[in-house]
Amino acid sequence: MRLERRERVPLSLVAVAPLAAIGVALLLAAGLIAAAGVNPLTAYAGMLRSAFGSRLALTEMLTRAAPLILTGLAAAVAFRARLWNIGGEGQFFVGALAVAWAGHVLLPGVLGGPLGIAALMLIGMAAGAVLLAGPALLRVRFGVDEVVTTLLLNFVVILFVGLMIEGPLRDPLAFGWPQSVPIAAEYRLPRLVERTRLHVGLLVAVAAAGVVWLILARTVFGAEARAVGHNAAAAGFAGVSLTRTILGVACLSGGLAGLAGAIEVMGVTRAVTTTMSPGFGYAGIVVAMLAALHPAGVVAAAVFVAAVFVGADGMSRATGVPSFIADVIVALSLLTMLVALLFTTHRIRR
Amino acid sequence: MTEALDLLTSASLWASVLRIATPLIFGVLGALICERAGVLNLGIEGIMTMGAMTGWLTVWMGADLWTGLAVAAMAGALLGLVHAMLTVPLGLSQHVSGLGITLFGSALAYYIFRLVVEVGESPPTIARFPRIEIPLLSDIPFLGPVLFAQSAPTYLALVAVVVLAWVLNRTPLGLALRMTGENPHAVEAQGLNPALIRIGAVMAGSALMALGGAFLTTTAFNSFFPEMVQGRGWICIALVVFASWRPGKALLGALLFAFFDAYQLRLQTVVDGVPYQLFLMAPYLLSILALVLVARRAQVPAALMVPWRRGER
Repeated sequence: MRLERRERVPLSLVAVAPLAAIGVALLLAAGLIAAAGVNPLTAYAGMLRSAFGSRLALTEMLTRAAPLILTGLAAAVAFRARLWNIGGEGQFFVGALAVAWAGHVLLPGVLGGPLGIAALMLIGMAAGAVLLAGPALLRVRFGVDEVVTTLLLNFVVILFVGLMIEGPLRDPLAFGWPQSVPIAAEYRLPRLVERTRLHVGLLVAVAAAGVVWLILARTVFGAEARAVGHNAAAAGFAGVSLTRTILGVACLSGGLAGLAGAIEVMGVTRAVTTTMSPGFGYAGIVVAMLAALHPAGVVAAAVFVAAVFVGADGMSRATGVPSFIADVIVALSLLTMLVALLFTTHRIRR
Repeated sequence: MTEALDLLTSASLWASVLRIATPLIFGVLGALICERAGVLNLGIEGIMTMGAMTGWLTVWMGADLWTGLAVAAMAGALLGLVHAMLTVPLGLSQHVSGLGITLFGSALAYYIFRLVVEVGESPPTIARFPRIEIPLLSDIPFLGPVLFAQSAPTYLALVAVVVLAWVLNRTPLGLALRMTGENPHAVEAQGLNPALIRIGAVMAGSALMALGGAFLTTTAFNSFFPEMVQGRGWICIALVVFASWRPGKALLGALLFAFFDAYQLRLQTVVDGVPYQLFLMAPYLLSILALVLVARRAQVPAALMVPWRRGER
């Protein structure tokens, strides 16, 4: 028995792969739910209700999906070019921190209204881009593996955020609770639905998916990034500058993760804390893989991951199954998706 | 300033260097075995978390400490088996699979932990490995408390370095393992099965990683809490590169890193006016710096991250 590459990749298989992967992941996680003494079907029904069952559930889920779309895009863009950006979490936090600083110190009185909001988003993107540009440069100039550098920077950034919100950006009105000063009210993102937390950041994220798709599919840069991902040496021979392309990809990827942090501050939290992200950066990797690194798929995959997290929270309160089941399901679906993707490009031959 | 220098001559600093280095030694040796056979194992962070949780849980449920370590090693080997099956026979991306194992290992560890300990409850503690004061030797001034009054797992880690160096460099098994990481086709030509060697190496390496995690809950601390591995696994991945894939240098790297970590902890108490986060950042930044310094002349195993399939070039 051996694996054999398919001559062409059937589109139907690509469409079915994530569904099969998620199905298997849910089946495996059912065993763990049963171990907690709860009927898995009851638990999954509870998760569905908590994620889609009411106006509040649905908007909460979509609020969670918005940053996930962006961190998912960040991972997808980078992984396509084989730039292993595992620093989405750190880029999310520098984006958030930059917005908190600019939205309190830099911009008020200078730039207000929609222009100010746009400027803040750009500032968040720039911060994320700069954070990833460092490891990308180290890789192309010195051959330093970016996996380790981006991962380690996540820890450095969280510590830096802690330093800033206990020091220069400390909110004196937070009763000793370490958080940054809230951004000025004029920079808060408008609500999409009244009396919920859903904000226009969701539209920004979906638009970003469209823009990324255009860049990857319709520009020279997109073609170069793809070429570098498939075969860096061949791309080099064809005249693609590895340094420029990897740096470009890094700026785009880091920028998207930074934007995720920006909209989360402007749309939801108003201020930065070290606990504001339930692993958006890491979950973005799963989102990107479930989407087979395709920007359009990222939106759907982000909704799935957000639904698992929000659904598990509600279900956990009702049944007592630890909410970490969400992390288990998401991690399992990453592993099963990896296998499912293999069977879209390969088949078993006896 | 003199206070900062005085710290360097205190035996307690150097004793804690060995203590802090222990989980790193286990982790870096584990990562080294995997990579020497040609498989990058980014599952390390999750495997260490799983090792920490299972080691603690086993002891808390009534088993003795050594059984705790054994169960942790087995849990690590099992996660390693998953990573090996995905990356060796199936040849999937070692990066993505490893990250998947890390996410899965941590999530599963936290899930099981929460089944036992409710939110808000303080985690139950266990009696941890005591320090063993070796008779006579531990009475030597300075060297005694530093080298001869450590816990059993620390001695085990040091023994593991010697054993691994010997196995890798002096035995047919070590030769086969190193060759699998350099040129699996040559291994096949010798009549050996590179896939089996890789699977075995990843399982053994993962078991060591899990021991590193278990050290945290059975010796350094006496209970488990989420996020306790704190990136130690990633630091081990950096240390393997720093050590250019050699056990002796890996020990050196782990000790060096542990020294900086132990020193910054003590510096915090004598240096005023510097935010403590800057001290905590230093070890991570130093790891990155070390990577940059050695990257140019790194002798990466030639077949690292190159999948091997029978009959395919």
